[in-house]
Amino acid sequence: MSEHAQSQQSSAGAAAFRRKQKRKKTWVIIGFMAPALIVYGLYVVYAIGMTFYYSTFDWTGIDADLEFIGLQNYVELFRDMTFWQSLKNNTLLIAASLFTQIPLGLIMALLLFSPVKGMRLFRTVYFMPFLMSTVAIGILFVYIYDANFGLVNQVLGSIGLESLQRGWLGNENTAIWAVIVTICWQFAPFYMILFRAAIVGIPEELYEAADIDGATGWKRFSSITLPLLKPIIVTSAILSIIGALKYFDLIYIMTGGGPNNATDLMATYMYDQTFTNFNMGYGSTISSMMFIIAFIVTVIIITLDNKRKADY
Amino acid sequence: MMKKAKHIPLYVIAILILLFTGLPFFIMLNTSFKDQGEFSSAPWALPQNFSLDNYTALFETNFFQYFGNSLFVSVISVVLVIIFSAMASYPLSRMKFKLNRPLLLLFMVGMMIPIHTTLIPIFLLTQNLGLYDTLWGLIGPYIAFALPISVVIYTQFMSDLPKELEESAKIDGCGHFQLFWRILFPLLVPATSTVAIYNFIHIWNEFIFALVLTNSDEAATLPIGLREFYGEFSVNIPGLMAALSMASIPLLLVYFVAQEKIIKGLAAGSVKG
Repeated sequence: MSEHAQSQQSSAGAAAFRRKQKRKKTWVIIGFMAPALIVYGLYVVYAIGMTFYYSTFDWTGIDADLEFIGLQNYVELFRDMTFWQSLKNNTLLIAASLFTQIPLGLIMALLLFSPVKGMRLFRTVYFMPFLMSTVAIGILFVYIYDANFGLVNQVLGSIGLESLQRGWLGNENTAIWAVIVTICWQFAPFYMILFRAAIVGIPEELYEAADIDGATGWKRFSSITLPLLKPIIVTSAILSIIGALKYFDLIYIMTGGGPNNATDLMATYMYDQTFTNFNMGYGSTISSMMFIIAFIVTVIIITLDNKRKADY
Repeated sequence: MMKKAKHIPLYVIAILILLFTGLPFFIMLNTSFKDQGEFSSAPWALPQNFSLDNYTALFETNFFQYFGNSLFVSVISVVLVIIFSAMASYPLSRMKFKLNRPLLLLFMVGMMIPIHTTLIPIFLLTQNLGLYDTLWGLIGPYIAFALPISVVIYTQFMSDLPKELEESAKIDGCGHFQLFWRILFPLLVPATSTVAIYNFIHIWNEFIFALVLTNSDEAATLPIGLREFYGEFSVNIPGLMAALSMASIPLLLVYFVAQEKIIKGLAAGSVKG
């Protein structure tokens, strides 16, 4: 056999071998990914598609009587004052998360590195709200805000502020704030943990260099700690905005969206429309809108974040 | 002396926050040790006769059934999430193919999706599968919504393992399946504990799917059961507080056993997200 023919034959053999390898590789990929893709495809991808599909029908969800109405539900949604009210409450919650939870979490994390004695105790107690069952938190705070024997009113009474006493969750003006305080109470420890992890990662040498330059206290914080925490602050902001847009639990447990829709969020309003009023078509429209809003906000944040990174 | 005085404001802030975060928890425990008479005469005072009656009374309720249901659902879901997400991350992190990036992105997008956008179809799907009002019906959605963060954590972790592992495995004649389970998976312990803790906390507290997909006491998890108590016990607040305290015990226990792991797990879970 000539040398030429031999190499040709072996390259043909190699090609066949490569093809076989490639086919095998495809099956390996499918085999490994199938369980996750099937569950995720069914419960997330397919479900989202179906939500958009159902949003074009007038449908109670109880019977099989689906009436196609196109975008009629969306038109109705834009005229629905309760939807706008709930969107406004979501926005309030975003603001409260950004300007209360994150700063509070940061302060708590910084305290963990301060010279205060007994830090283990502080850390454990600071973290506790995050470990409590959400439903337990909701029920507990309903009693803390109670009009008659609630802790808040008792404290106000004991310091001579009886005039401020009220049923905090039953009042249309105070209910949303009372719940927002509870939500911040639950989630601030989570941001504390994120910031703590980031602060641990700051190299000690940077502070030593600052000490040599005579930087202390606030200067140390603003020139070293804060700039280095910027990425984690951005991450926290993203998490809290997305979290606030889809929030449901404590509002549903504490007020159910009442009194008079004053505390409704998009998610609680969607739940009411779907499972209390049996408007599954309209409920799907609200949840489609939630998806669209969360998607737009995510795209905006990612774009801004990339720009920020590029500016460096 | 000067130095100590300088720290006073720090102590004041630290203690104020301590009261803010700790007081509700303390009140819950404190009330759970009182009897009803004592509670109505002095709701916020310390208990006069410290008693565990409210806790033993829980045995006469459905509490431990709810508790068991929650444990069952959480453990099975977490185990399956670990298996599914670790396996899915193997090709995503260690093999090159066309759909590599798009598939990873598909999972990452899942982290921003509002659960409510899937609620109605999942409700109908669960009914059609005959899983409505069963604990098994909860496991599917719990796995699905735990996958994004878990796949991201595993993929990140696995791409950092040395490439030589595959080569030596090939020399030994190991197939992909053996290579993954025998060699790679044992090296993933840190990622696995992160995934396990992060998802256990979330699934233990999960509320909305349990609310929509179950209906009877037999399939109620703890969050749903606690709400039942809230209705029934509204006159017996100390009894209710005992139930709330009891429900918080597993996570506190996990925390005291593995606090560093939890803290790292939560931080890693979200930073990479």
